[in-house]
Amino acid sequence: MRLARYLGYRLLLAVPVILGIIVLNFFLIHAAPGDAASVLAGESGAATPEYMALLRHKFGLDQPLSTQFAVYLLNMAHLDLGYSFRNDSPVLELILDRLGPTLLLMLTAFVVAVLLGSLLGVLAASGRNGWRDNLISLASLVAYATPGFWLGLMMIVVFAINLAWLPTSGLDTVGADNEGWDEVIDIARHLVMPATALSLFYLALYARVMRASMLEQTGMDYVTTARAKGQTERRIIFGHVLRNALLTVVTMAGVQAGNLIGGSIVVETVFGWPGIGTLAFNALQSRDLNLLLGIFFVSACLVVVVNLIVDLVYVTLDPRIEI
Amino acid sequence: MSDAVLTIENLAIALPKGADRPLAVAGVNLELHAGKVTCLIGESGSGKSLVARAILGLLPAPHVRVADGRILFEGADLARAKPAEMRAIRGARIAMIFQEPMTALNPLHTIGRQIDEVLRIHTSLPRAQRLARVVELLESVNLPEPARMLRSFPHQLSGGQRQRAMIAMALALKPRLLIADEPTTALDVTTQAQILQLIRDLQREHGTAVLFITHDFGVVADIADSVAVLQKGDLVEQGSAAQVLGRPVHAYTQALIAAVPKLAAPAAQPPSTAPFILQARDVEKTYGARGLFGGNATKALNRVCIELRRGETLGLVGESGSGKSTLARAVTRLMTVNDGEILISGRDIARMTRSQLRPMRKRVQMVFQDPYGSLDPRQRVVDIIAEGPIIHGTDPQAARKEACELLALVGLDPSAAQRFAHEFSGGQRQRIGIARALALRPELLVADEPVSALDVSVQAQVLALLADIKTRLQLSMLFVTHDLRVALQVCDRIAVMQKGEVVEVAPTSAIYGNPQHPYTKALFAAVPGAHWQDRLTQETMAS
Repeated sequence: MRLARYLGYRLLLAVPVILGIIVLNFFLIHAAPGDAASVLAGESGAATPEYMALLRHKFGLDQPLSTQFAVYLLNMAHLDLGYSFRNDSPVLELILDRLGPTLLLMLTAFVVAVLLGSLLGVLAASGRNGWRDNLISLASLVAYATPGFWLGLMMIVVFAINLAWLPTSGLDTVGADNEGWDEVIDIARHLVMPATALSLFYLALYARVMRASMLEQTGMDYVTTARAKGQTERRIIFGHVLRNALLTVVTMAGVQAGNLIGGSIVVETVFGWPGIGTLAFNALQSRDLNLLLGIFFVSACLVVVVNLIVDLVYVTLDPRIEI
Repeated sequence: MSDAVLTIENLAIALPKGADRPLAVAGVNLELHAGKVTCLIGESGSGKSLVARAILGLLPAPHVRVADGRILFEGADLARAKPAEMRAIRGARIAMIFQEPMTALNPLHTIGRQIDEVLRIHTSLPRAQRLARVVELLESVNLPEPARMLRSFPHQLSGGQRQRAMIAMALALKPRLLIADEPTTALDVTTQAQILQLIRDLQREHGTAVLFITHDFGVVADIADSVAVLQKGDLVEQGSAAQVLGRPVHAYTQALIAAVPKLAAPAAQPPSTAPFILQARDVEKTYGARGLFGGNATKALNRVCIELRRGETLGLVGESGSGKSTLARAVTRLMTVNDGEILISGRDIARMTRSQLRPMRKRVQMVFQDPYGSLDPRQRVVDIIAEGPIIHGTDPQAARKEACELLALVGLDPSAAQRFAHEFSGGQRQRIGIARALALRPELLVADEPVSALDVSVQAQVLALLADIKTRLQLSMLFVTHDLRVALQVCDRIAVMQKGEVVEVAPTSAIYGNPQHPYTKALFAAVPGAHWQDRLTQETMAS
């Protein structure tokens, strides 16, 4: 019951946040030089000023900024994200089309980073200063220092081109028309490299955070209490220390959620993943402002939702949080 | 004696290289008997806690380890027992309770689950029986509403309740030996009295042997059957409680006992007629009222009035949460109040703006409780002391010179000026803290528990220093403490606070001789070992 009230409260708080993002995005984007008309004209090679004016009029770009803003707000209120003249289709439709692959990639990367990172952290902490710890620490340092796009390119070279174990790009094999499990496996094979590239940095980060957190918690008094009860070391780690140590990782995971979308733009472009990231990249290239605004809006909503979920997880993990 | 539950023979514990001494303790011989409480007393760094941990094999190995000697328990040598054997003994045959009830419980598990854990580890009882036993245990330590306690998390309990839960956990399997490592040090004095009583009752009921680690002679007087005194790793004296407390033989024991402030009032002084330096009128402070979905507001200060005359020391006495520290922070304007007036020499600082306040700041200075946290670790001592005067416009050269003079005043060598805070002991740091406060030549010194973190012998020195400086510099002092012995020793008048209100204010001799408020009476009654010093004096006078 209290959880439901808390949820309502948090959703209420999200409204001004999202509203603020909408306003900010609109003005930021219009502060950038160039518009869709100039890009279209540039691509067509030659365009008369009359034609440009016509385009601008058709797109509503000749209106004063305040009018454009008012129209934009009014449309947003109806969840009408506008029309992408560039792609000749409604923005919402475009985004919803791409949302699935992006969510799949994001969630996979997120879950892998949190689970595997925590696990490695636990392993490193339990074998403190041994070979296991050193190996994990070294590996995480390397992963830390490697840019995601470079890693992506290298993986393509090694695993897709030289070894031919995995497909180079895309969401599924074009023209294969797999059904059922075959399709799942096909997509999973396509997912491996982009998910790795996207998650590796955070995986390394969590491994380090989890290791430090485990070591910190191991020194706490309640661990001595558990030992004084006659509890085994293994049970102390998994029964007492782990959950306390996880709290730090969960806090960081909330921060990562926001970064995943930004990171996915690069990774999706490298792997030709048909998600929102590629869409955003193309929209930016072609000054498709309506589409870009729509993507910003949807990503903002995603971040708000993910943060809410992380906070709920935190609340259920830690009884000390009053809600 | 034959009924020894545990025998420590010639125990030596090695410290890692680079510690202040190679052996934490050496040559310790100790026998613990069924149904008896043995107190191991010593100052910080004496190695008393390590002895306790060595028994349970809980030393922070491999750095700290048993180097020599035997710990005999039920025919086995615990110093050489295998991990699995130790685990079977821990919690079942020997149990332990710790100093910090806040951190000794896992914050994420319910009280019930944590007590149940002991039964789960050591018995094969079915769930329902274990549950019944846990409820029974919660009742036996007098926790209210056991059924609710079962499902409560540690943060929902008070410090005393948590310590009761720890005791329930320790006694779950009726161990033969209970090790209590300063179990009441973190508790308020009235709670401490209750917990001591509880340990005493349960121990008598079950015939448990108890090893009670403490630094407090008052507690020893209340609970001990026999006493062992540890000085820097050497067991310098042991014997029955009456013997050690009444006729201490070793010079160290004698010095320790002499350093314990007497629970006795100074002779009545004529009331001061000096002008007021501090008057607080109807001060109110409320915490915790948060907007929209806020919780309940707590009144930290409820229409508090105090007055302090020039040259006088007023003690603020009370338990945690009584508002005494809040009041200290209010009169120094480290915190704003919701309502009321705070007059420093007749000027109300409660509503002053930041710039109006700045010249007032140097007239009121503070000495803090924690000598470790209150000094900047990256500043040299001379800069710590000189910083205040420099801010207020003194020439830096002159301020530093004066800082060195102040060091001499608080009994430190001038060479201390160029060193850093971590190079000093707790008592020395507190002296630096006092020098820092004095550097601004304040009229009013607010001391918030200035000696609570110090050992009793160091405490006596710092109190003597404060008294000396006060008379020499004609200071007025607001002295916040939870320790009635200390308050009686240093204060001219005492204000007793409870739940944000001042319940009684009176001259020290009057409040000791004739306390009016029931809470004041309860506080005096709860002081550990309240009357052993009196008895001692009477005995010596009679003989």
